[in-house]
Amino acid sequence: MEMFEEEFGSLQDSLRQLRLDSNARAVFLIDKNGQHIAAAGDVDEFDSTSLASLTAGNVAATDGLAKLIGEREFSVLFHEGQRDHIHISIVARRAILLVIFDDRSSLGLVRLRVKRASAEMERVFDRMDEKAAQTMRDTGDPSPFLEITDEDIDALFSE
Amino acid sequence: MTFINYAAKEINCKIVYYGPGLGGKTTNLQYIYTKTAPERKGKMISLATEADRTLFFDFLPLDLGTIRGFTTRFHLYTVPGQVFYDASRKLILKGVDGVVFVADSQRERMEANVESIRNLEQNLEEHGLDLQELPFAQQFNKRDLGSVIPVEEMYRMLNYKREPTFEAVATNGFGVFDTLKSVAKQILVELRKR
Repeated sequence: MEMFEEEFGSLQDSLRQLRLDSNARAVFLIDKNGQHIAAAGDVDEFDSTSLASLTAGNVAATDGLAKLIGEREFSVLFHEGQRDHIHISIVARRAILLVIFDDRSSLGLVRLRVKRASAEMERVFDRMDEKAAQTMRDTGDPSPFLEITDEDIDALFSE
Repeated sequence: MTFINYAAKEINCKIVYYGPGLGGKTTNLQYIYTKTAPERKGKMISLATEADRTLFFDFLPLDLGTIRGFTTRFHLYTVPGQVFYDASRKLILKGVDGVVFVADSQRERMEANVESIRNLEQNLEEHGLDLQELPFAQQFNKRDLGSVIPVEEMYRMLNYKREPTFEAVATNGFGVFDTLKSVAKQILVELRKR
């Protein structure tokens, strides 16, 4: 997946709005492969890398369960804690939206707001697809990684 | 698949350590974790059974610095090696950019090694990936034990596509970073072709 400035900004805006509208502590957008994409809210209170990896594992395992019983997917997961709760949903078939909220919000409110934000984000992902297809057709814009040298790579491992 | 964020200037890659049960995959990650500076690593997560066998995966995020202005991160995963965890193994291969196969050098584990490579090939296929095309390195682990098979013989039995192969003793770190570097380099070289 390749993410550009404009789409990244749009996703950030959607996440910020979702966080406000749902009164959540934090919201995270995660790639289904476990990579953190973007977040909003009290993000520093959480280890976003671990969160991304475990959430993707959780979704992958649940997808496996769904297929075992003949379902295409379970599109929403909800984990209820004593104080904090987690709402997990799939966006545009490829990303995971994670909302962490406490009793200042409610499951109903989160579900409602997630629905709207997901639709917005889905449009952003569609734009990303169009852009990726365009870039592939447009040979005049070479990849910035074309010029990676063996020295660049060795330097990463020099310490 | 490598996730490139041009806005945040980040490259994120996923490396999976594959191989038969008790071969030393988790030990590889533990060694890398202990020898990596705190600012270059995140938390290591191990989803293991009470008997310390990998149940779902181990996870270790590494931040190796920048390349062409892009922060380069590698996410290292292991799979559960035990045969009956195949469904979990398959899930972890999703979106993989490179694979390290950790083979157990003991004679009595050769059959398990061969079976595990075949299993890797099949599980990659189910994700639409071809091991022939994927960055790949092999590690012949446990070279310090008594009943090990000669390297040449192991190579003949396990080599897949003339991939880089390293002898290792993961418990003391011998060969661990060489293996990681090899697969990481192959992944970055692949980026040039995009």
